[in-house]
Amino acid sequence: MVHAFLIHTLRAAKAEEGLCRVLYSCFFGAENSPNDPQPHGAERDRLLRKEQILAVARQVESMFQLQQQACGRHAVDLQPQSSDDPVALHEAPCGVFRLAPGDPFQEPRIVVWLGVLSIGFALVLDTHENLLLVESTLRLLARLLLDHLRLLVPGGANLLLRADLVEGILTRFLPHGQLLFLNDQFVQGLEKEFSAAWSH
Amino acid sequence: MLAAGTESLLRQAREVGAVELGRFCARISALLQAEDWGPDTLDALRRLFLIVAATKYSRRLEPTCVALLQTTLCSPRCPERLQLLCAAVLREMAPSNSLSLSCDHAQSSRQLGLVASVLLAQGDPQQVRTVGQCVVKVLESRQSEGPSLTHLLPVVSKVASLAPDALPEEQTKALSKRLGDWLRYASVQQGAAHASGGFFSTPRARQPGPVTEMDGSVATDFFTVLSTGQRFTEDQRLNVQAFSMLRAWLLQGGPERLGATDADDRSELEGSTVSVLSAASTASHLLPPAEWLREKALEYCQRLLEQSGRRALRKADSDLQKACLVEAVLVLDVLCRQDPSFLYRALPSLRALRTRLCGDPACARVLLPVAQFFLHHGEAAAVDADAVCQHLFTRIPSEHFHSPMLGFEFVQFCRDHLLLFGSNLDLLRTSFPNLFKFLAWSSPALTSEFVALLPALVDAGTAVEMLHLLLDLPSLTAALELQLRSLQAASERPLWDASVRAPGCLEALRDPQAQGLFQHLLRAKASGTVERLTPLHQLLQPLASCARVLQCAQAVPTLLRAFFAAVTQFADGALASQLALLLLERSDSLFPVEGYEADVHRVLSSQFPGLCRLHPPLVVERAKELLEFVGSLGGPRSTGHMLTSVVWAIGEYLSVSWDRRCTAEQINRFFEALEALLFEVTQSRPSATLPKCPPQVITVLMTTLTKLASRSQDLIPRVSLLLSKMRTLAQSPAVGPVHGEDDLGAVRTRATELLNLLKMPSVAQFVLTPSMEVSQPRYHRDCNTALPLALDMVSRLLEREAGLLPG
Repeated sequence: MVHAFLIHTLRAAKAEEGLCRVLYSCFFGAENSPNDPQPHGAERDRLLRKEQILAVARQVESMFQLQQQACGRHAVDLQPQSSDDPVALHEAPCGVFRLAPGDPFQEPRIVVWLGVLSIGFALVLDTHENLLLVESTLRLLARLLLDHLRLLVPGGANLLLRADLVEGILTRFLPHGQLLFLNDQFVQGLEKEFSAAWSH
Repeated sequence: MLAAGTESLLRQAREVGAVELGRFCARISALLQAEDWGPDTLDALRRLFLIVAATKYSRRLEPTCVALLQTTLCSPRCPERLQLLCAAVLREMAPSNSLSLSCDHAQSSRQLGLVASVLLAQGDPQQVRTVGQCVVKVLESRQSEGPSLTHLLPVVSKVASLAPDALPEEQTKALSKRLGDWLRYASVQQGAAHASGGFFSTPRARQPGPVTEMDGSVATDFFTVLSTGQRFTEDQRLNVQAFSMLRAWLLQGGPERLGATDADDRSELEGSTVSVLSAASTASHLLPPAEWLREKALEYCQRLLEQSGRRALRKADSDLQKACLVEAVLVLDVLCRQDPSFLYRALPSLRALRTRLCGDPACARVLLPVAQFFLHHGEAAAVDADAVCQHLFTRIPSEHFHSPMLGFEFVQFCRDHLLLFGSNLDLLRTSFPNLFKFLAWSSPALTSEFVALLPALVDAGTAVEMLHLLLDLPSLTAALELQLRSLQAASERPLWDASVRAPGCLEALRDPQAQGLFQHLLRAKASGTVERLTPLHQLLQPLASCARVLQCAQAVPTLLRAFFAAVTQFADGALASQLALLLLERSDSLFPVEGYEADVHRVLSSQFPGLCRLHPPLVVERAKELLEFVGSLGGPRSTGHMLTSVVWAIGEYLSVSWDRRCTAEQINRFFEALEALLFEVTQSRPSATLPKCPPQVITVLMTTLTKLASRSQDLIPRVSLLLSKMRTLAQSPAVGPVHGEDDLGAVRTRATELLNLLKMPSVAQFVLTPSMEVSQPRYHRDCNTALPLALDMVSRLLEREAGLLPG
């Protein structure tokens, strides 16, 4: 089961300025919070969820940085190329790691992540999922989002103010966190429908 | 740049004050009330979403605004984009107590899906149940409408995962039956294009053709996720969704789970031949829903196995084929566990699959679920399980160590099936050199996985070799880098670190001795021999600055601790002795990575006393090696943690009470060696190259010498002289500025304490060489033998004595 999807910033090296920012996050269903009848319980739950997501984003960032270091790739590779070059998604760094129970979710979970340019995409899942499918779904989502948001163009549409687009893509390609076995033609069909619905 | 714009936008969103937010909500309320679905509303809702989502603290939105968001969500005319945003805002606020949304408000199944996403995010089990029941009811009532069902199936799957008991049994049975239908009986014609109409359209619209396989040929059997075409019909979409949720549905008790009594019957069935005949001849349409779904699922998976052998025309499709293979095997595993009579039908296809996959290097990750299948059904498939484990442990890691995803899945596979391996567990244990290649290559991601796996891998027979390899792990990383450089074609994107040049490494490898050591390091199985890799360290030196090697070196201390925690559980005296010797030997022959030696020494020095505690006689057994070790120290090496540990161990355990073979001569020899070491350590002037000697080293040397003297009492005068010299040295003004006052104070205090103790030799012996009963609580409660009382008595006697002396 997919528990959450998040998009966040990635810095190439720890020394770079700034913090890891979550740009978008979505929980599919939620961890059952203990029955807390007090009125501030809801706020605390929401705070906890936000912090859990931030913790995941930070871990993804550090895994990404370690992997980049190990491959000898430096910050220069993260500069966006001209918008004509297709982003080589099948070569984009990706990885998987486990979250121990309690850190930060109650149950043990797995995170699969993908780093494209300076943006990270991650899925939080149960421990025994079809990782091949998860990986290809993540690449698909990244490709769709980058294509439709044209993030490569500086000053272009900013992800933060395009939540409807992200939601639209998720509704079709990862509905309620359901991983789908979509072949290429199927994806093209869904994408055409999506573009048609969004161009009005 | 993306970063700067993002940062300022987030800050603006966070800094929106309560008053400003209230005004904004009022504006949105006005727009929604007026049902203005134009770009202004779109922009406003986008901004509202950002304001709510940008901060982790809850934002209070006006109740009217929240109410209007809910009504807009369920409004029949509102465009999808705005409804998505309303749902997103409501979901971002979750969990929220002020939600009055319910499934009944939804007008269409698409809206119901959106409402469900908001309600499920509340984290309330009761809500989950309500949503589940509502959705299932809708599914039941709208039997024929296609488009509505695709929105609702994922909700059902999600509810079943979150709360398996949420769905009423009647409906789950009905849904199981329909899932089976969708899997097996989807249309095999492609979807029709929408009629374009208009002046130029031909009256004879082209009939859509049949669906095709991945390799372009016409479909040979029923539709699956691996069938493709220009357009897809509604039931084909349901087919895709049904398969996507199939495994979770089967596991979470969509079809009824087998009860305990059923399981007994089934296990008898597994061995009988009757089941084979009955399964084949069952008239499918008479089956109850659960069996119906299983039957259709079996046919579907077998079709997928066949389809995945075709050569896909598009790369994305060949990736999908692999993912489908994995899923099909996993589903078959579940099916065979739920109904063992399926095993005889599934086994032949899986055997053929195994043969195909073992010969295909690109399918390494698919082999793991196949191996899992054979292990789960061990009685029927023992030979296959052995063969696939053999292939997995001996071949896969050496060829695919550079894939972090495979490494993770591989280790997870090993951890999950430890109890099922049977005789293959030995094979796993002896293949640890191969497994460690994953670890050496991707240490940040896999260290915690291996720490969990190590206790199962450590074995009395391979412990020594494993410890050597763990200490050599960074050199293994460097060797793997070098291997990749030598093997990979120049045109491929390099997997190794291209920023570190290693001139001459590859040529230097041609030397036969170096080759031999290199191959030993990269061996796939435990060889039972130990090779000194020091020549290889020099050869691999240029690679020691690789980031990957550094990361591995940083992971080793954690692994060493896990190793020792595991090995001390079962190590006997001989093994403890061997390991202790290993620590001494290896402490100076580690791969020269920055900071590595210091870190390893810290861990080893903390583990050495533990080994001695396990088997105290080892100090006497290894007296010769320990003496050599002590003799070789001095100069720049004397400040290490290892010295402190070893010297302390000598002091503790070199006595007759721990090992009868300890002789006075041994004690004397150690005494002389340690005395010489103490002089060397204290006389040498600290300089830029020689770091100053920490006080712990001096005090531990003094204490150990005193302990030895208390056992061989003719050494007492020598040691007393030594201790007074130390005390004088610590007081002399010359050493003051170099060592701190605290350090010198510690040395002085210890020297004085030891001198005092030695004035009463029998007490010294009692204190410094306690017998084994000291660890018993009775020893301390019995007022005739308690240590504190004895010490108290000693100090009082000494005070009195001091009072009697003149001056």
